[in-house]
This record gives sequence, C-alpha cells and structure tokens, in this order.
Amino acid sequence: MNDMTRLERKVDQKTIKISARDVQVFYGETHAIKDVSVDILDNTVTAFIGPSGCGKSTFLRCLNRMNDTIDICRVEGKIEMDGADIYAKRVDPVQLRAQVGMVFQKPNPFPKSIYDNVAYGPRIHGLASNKAELDEIVEKALRRGAIWDEVKDRLDEPGTGLSGGQQQRLCIARAVATAPEVLLMDEPCSALDPIATAQVEELIDELRRDYSVVIVTHSMQQAARVSQKTAFFHLGNLVEYGDTGDIFTNPEDPRTESYITGRIG
Amino acid sequence: MTDMQAERGDTSATLRINWSDPAIGARLARRKRRQFWLKGLGLAAISVAFAMLFILVGSLLSTGYQAFRQTHVAMEVRLDPAHIRADNPARGNFRAIVGEAVANLFPEIEDRADLRSATGIVSNGAQFIIRDRVVENPDLIGQTIRVEVPVSDNYDQLAKGLLDRDTPEEHRRLKDDEIARFDQLAEAGLISKPLNTALLTNADSRFPELAGLKGALLGSFYALMTCFLLAFPVGIGAAIYLEEFAPKNRISDLIEININNLAAVPSVVFGLLALAVFLGWFGLPRSAPFVGGMTLALMTLPTIIIATRAALKAVPPSIREAALGVGASRQQVVFGHVLPLAMPGILTGTIIGLAQALGETAPLLLIGMNAFITSAPETPFSSATALPTQIFIWADSPERGFVSRTSAAILVLLGFLIAMNALAIFLRSKFERKW
Ligand SMILES: Nc1ncnc2c1ncn2[C@@H]1O[C@H](COP(=O)(O)OP(=O)(O)OP(=O)(O)O)[C@@H](O)[C@H]1O
Ligand SMILES: [Mg+2]
Repeated sequence: MNDMTRLERKVDQKTIKISARDVQVFYGETHAIKDVSVDILDNTVTAFIGPSGCGKSTFLRCLNRMNDTIDICRVEGKIEMDGADIYAKRVDPVQLRAQVGMVFQKPNPFPKSIYDNVAYGPRIHGLASNKAELDEIVEKALRRGAIWDEVKDRLDEPGTGLSGGQQQRLCIARAVATAPEVLLMDEPCSALDPIATAQVEELIDELRRDYSVVIVTHSMQQAARVSQKTAFFHLGNLVEYGDTGDIFTNPEDPRTESYITGRIG
Repeated sequence: MTDMQAERGDTSATLRINWSDPAIGARLARRKRRQFWLKGLGLAAISVAFAMLFILVGSLLSTGYQAFRQTHVAMEVRLDPAHIRADNPARGNFRAIVGEAVANLFPEIEDRADLRSATGIVSNGAQFIIRDRVVENPDLIGQTIRVEVPVSDNYDQLAKGLLDRDTPEEHRRLKDDEIARFDQLAEAGLISKPLNTALLTNADSRFPELAGLKGALLGSFYALMTCFLLAFPVGIGAAIYLEEFAPKNRISDLIEININNLAAVPSVVFGLLALAVFLGWFGLPRSAPFVGGMTLALMTLPTIIIATRAALKAVPPSIREAALGVGASRQQVVFGHVLPLAMPGILTGTIIGLAQALGETAPLLLIGMNAFITSAPETPFSSATALPTQIFIWADSPERGFVSRTSAAILVLLGFLIAMNALAIFLRSKFERKW
C-alpha cells in the first residue's frame, strides 16, 4: 500500500451503515461531543482524526454504547444502525457490542490461551453449538486477523505471550469472531512498530470487504493510507467530513488545514 | 489547544550547564550526604527490628525447648486381677496398681509415708495411661508389663536441671530424700527423656507433665474454619458489590469509610459485641470454637473486604474493556475475568486476615474460650480453648512446668503463623500478574 492508492481511490455510492444525528456527550459537566452528525458507510474505512482530547474516542465509544459503562457519561441525540436506533430502550447494549466489535489502543488479550481469547465471544453469545463449530469459528477469525499461520500450532499458549503486533491482530480476530457488522478501532497501531503497523493496515483494508470499519488515528499517513472517508474533530466538534482524498488535498476548513499540515495538534 | 498556531520553541537555544560551577558541586555533595543518612537510618531501623525478633525468638527457644522433652520413668507393672475386673476394665483400681509398681521399684522402703512420697515421683496421669493400655487390650490383665510413664513436674524439673540442688532444703520443692530416691532410679537406668508427644496429643491438664495443646489446636482449627467459611464468601461478595456494582454516591462512600474504620476497631470490642449478641441474644454456647469463629469472622471481614477491593481495583481496565467490547455482560466481566485475576490478591489478603485471627486473644477471652477444659473438642460446638487463650491460661498457671510449656505453645503458634504467611507469599509470587 503506497500513496498511489489515494489517486485511484474513488468512493462509489454505498449504503449508510450508521447514521448519527446531533450527538452530544457529557462527562458530568464536561461537554465532550457537540452536535456531531455523521453518516458512516458500509464496506468503507472511516478515519477519525483530530488533536488529542478532541473527543474521537468518546464518539467512537458511542457507536457501541461503550460509554454506558462510564457512570458519569451521558449521551444525547440519535444514533441509528441500519435504520434502527441503537439507544432505544429495547436495545441490549451487550448484544449490540457483539454486533459492533471494538479494538483498543493497547493490545489487551485476556490472560488465557489464544484459542480461548477468540472463542470467548462466540461462547458467551452461543454462536457455536458444538466444539467442531467453535473450532471452525476460531480458525476463521484467526485467518481474518491474519494471524492464523503464526499461531495455529500453539493455540493453547497464552495470548499474552505473543508479540505486540501479534497480540493486536489476535484482538482483531477476537473482535471479528462474534461476526460483527461494524468494527471500531481506537488507535489500533499506536503501540506497534512499523512492520506490525503495516500488517494491521493491510488487514484493515481486507476487513473493509465485509465490515464497515471506523478507525481513530493520530497518524495522518495512516489515515491517508487506509481510509476512504475521513472525519476531522476539533474540541468536540466535527469540523469536516468527506472523502479522504479531498480532506487531505483540499480541506475546506482552515482548522483542518492547520491540523493536517501540522500546525495544531 | 486555545492557541491554534502553537508556538514552536526555538530549538537552537539549548540549556547550558557550567560543570565547574562550585554551586553544582555543593548541591551534589548535599544530595549525597542526604542519601547516605537516609540509607543509614533505614539500615538502623531494620537492624533494630531484627534484633528484637532475635531476642524474642531466642528467649522463647531457650525456655521453650525444655518442653519438647518429658522425663519418663520405666516401671514393671503387674496388672493384678484383684484390682481390675475383666468385664469392665475401665473401672479398675489403677491407683493401687501404680502404687504397687512404685513399691516394687523401692523394695527397701517400709514406711508408708515414705512410700507415698516415692509414689509422688510418678505423674498422677500414670494410672490413666495404664488404664488406657488395659482397655485397649484386656488380655493384659494378670500379666506384668513394662511401661514408661511421665514423672511429675517437680522431678521433671529436677531431671532437666531446672531445680537447683544447692538451695537449702527448706526452700526447695523436693527434699533431700526425694532427690536421693530419684537419683537411685536414674542410676538404675530407668529414667529417660523422650520427645514430649503429649504436648500435641493431650488436651489441657492441671499437671504440666500431662498438659498438651490438642484441645487448643482443634479449637483454633474449628474457629478458623468457621471464620473462613463465614468471612470469605461474605467479604468477597461485599467487596464485589461495592467495587463493581454499587452506585458511587454518599451512601456507598459512608459504607466505605465505615468498613475502613471497622478494620481499626480494637478486637476486644468485637468480643464484647459477640458476648452481647451471640451469647446474650442468640443463646449460643459459651467457649464454643464456632462462636469464637463467628467473632473472629467479624474482625476478619473488613480485612478481607479491603484486600478484595484492592485486588479488584488492581485488575487493569483494559481487561474489562476487552471483555465488554466482545459483548460480555457486567456479571460475565466480573466473574469470568476480573475475579479470577484478582484471586491471588484476595487469597493473600484472606490468609493474612486469618493469620491475624489465629493470634487474636481478647475476643476469645470474652466469650469464655479460656476455660479449663481437659478434653479435646469433638465438634465446633463443644467447649474448647484456642492456641492464644491456651497460652494465656498456661502463662497464668503457678506450676513451674508451665513456664517452658507456655514458651513452647507460643513457638507452636508462631510456627503456624509463619506457615500461613509463607503460603500467602507463595501464592502471591506464583500467581504474579501475568498480563
Ligand atoms: N471517563 C472520562 N471521564 C471524564 N472525562 C472524560 C472521560 N473520557 C474522556 N473525557 C474527556 O472527554 C474529552 C474527550 O476525550 P477523548 O478521550 O474522547 O479524546 P480523544 O480525541 O480520544 O483524545 P486522544 O487522541 O488523546 O485519545 C476530553 O476532554 C477528556 O478529558
Ligand atoms: Mg482517544
């Protein structure tokens, strides 16, 4: 993947997977997200960029209701997935999180075997009726995570014994094991070296075929390399949202331009 | 981020340090001096602590080691059928049998008073030892058997060199003729000093040579088990609720403060509480290890809750997020991920809490576990003592033999405490967090 891809990147009209309207997020008194409205497309990698503390993670965590686990956090506005309000009363956030997978900044495998790491999600959601089926799910997920060849002979070893890059791909495999439709990634490469980063980026591009991927990143190059859509956040506002190519070559807002050229951040 | 055009610092102006400046040298010297003193004080503190420990254990060992041996005398005992009925051997006149056996040791004694005094060499418990042998094997009736029985306390002290032969006779607890008789037995090779197994296999007794810790050990065991079974689940449950599920508000803050304060309440207060509630209202039996365990559980509970909460808090949030992220419910996160990871910390805290409970004396005194009980408890509801209260009783007893036995009992207690703490350290290092 080199920068050539940017030129040939053309976003064809795709279906809207998640649509957020007038989303506000408060941490107690802090107004962390202000009036954010955005449409996230299916089979697309969407990058969230912006200076530290601008609310990228906060907004990302609204999409799978991870913010529900923070006592002081309050979310207002409307977020719909496939046309259904995910904050509706009858929606079970636990079920939602199986549908909207999440990968975190720091690789965080469970201190269990590689197999159990991946099998955990399918197990608690009852996706497999027997061991053979579970084995199949685990293998498929590990293949999706592009880590199968490296770990297939040591599935019983602890996931924490892998290298950082392998751990992160294991976490991606764990996230896809529950057959999600959307994959949220919060700075998935920030703890990785360039080679592992390249592997994960390649993987993200692969994943786009089946999922809608949202990735938070601090690296402009990474956003440019992997994403088709980019959203720029600043101080809790969504400043600009558009095709990655446009945002990077021809930003409309002066703030976006300053950030991309490295003058704020 | 208020200023969008953040100033880029001028990187050409680097910090210049003039290393030859005397002020720098002075600062360095001062810092080194401070460090030297800090280190010295630390070492001194540790040395003092070690010296204290050394003195404590040393003094216990120097008096206590005597209690691990017990002087015995070997006798030929004729189990005269005239004194024992075969159909009910337990009711035999074993006192007479012992008297005859002693008379056989000293055939030259004619005087009845002298004979009675000679019988005093043998422990009062000898008759029961012989009785137990006969009850176990009634075929022995009519035979002559050789038994080794403990000598009574004063002679035990004499054999161990704790009774000074040079003190004037009127100030000595054994008269000249008594000592002479004992020496006569020693010369005949009938006196031995085997390991004092009675210390662990006998219950308490008025006679030091017969007194043992079995009752106290069992009492402490029952009490600790009760304490563990009550405090462990309740403590963990409370800690999980407070840490993971309770809303963070005034009430939970208040509860938290109270639990922390509870851990600092003097144990005697818990004893008073137990006396009023368990014995007074509920009418539970006095001196029962079960009630002791309930009292100790009250004391151990805050320790376990605090340790458990700390262990739960120490589980990295990334693990919780990971589990939540794949769609685990709150309960699944807590019981499937957080609790297993916190378990080593919880167990360590629990063991240390139990070790504390094992050494606790005051609350047990208040619920009557310092009673004089000569049989080991059969159930947690029978009367018993515990190790620390037994030490208390023995330390209070006038007989000389209890001096060394008190030290020995303290050594046994310390042994258990060290073993429990070692287990806690072992668990901690074995399950050192692996993430
Ligand atoms: N758990 C929380 N409690 C209170 N305030 C929070 C919490 N999490 C985030 N915030 C606040 O919300 C704002 C947005 O935080 P957020 O983590 O979303 O930023 P971010 O864009 O992800 O930053 P970074 O790039 O550094 O990860 C910040 O001002 C932060 O202080
Ligand atoms: Mg963030």
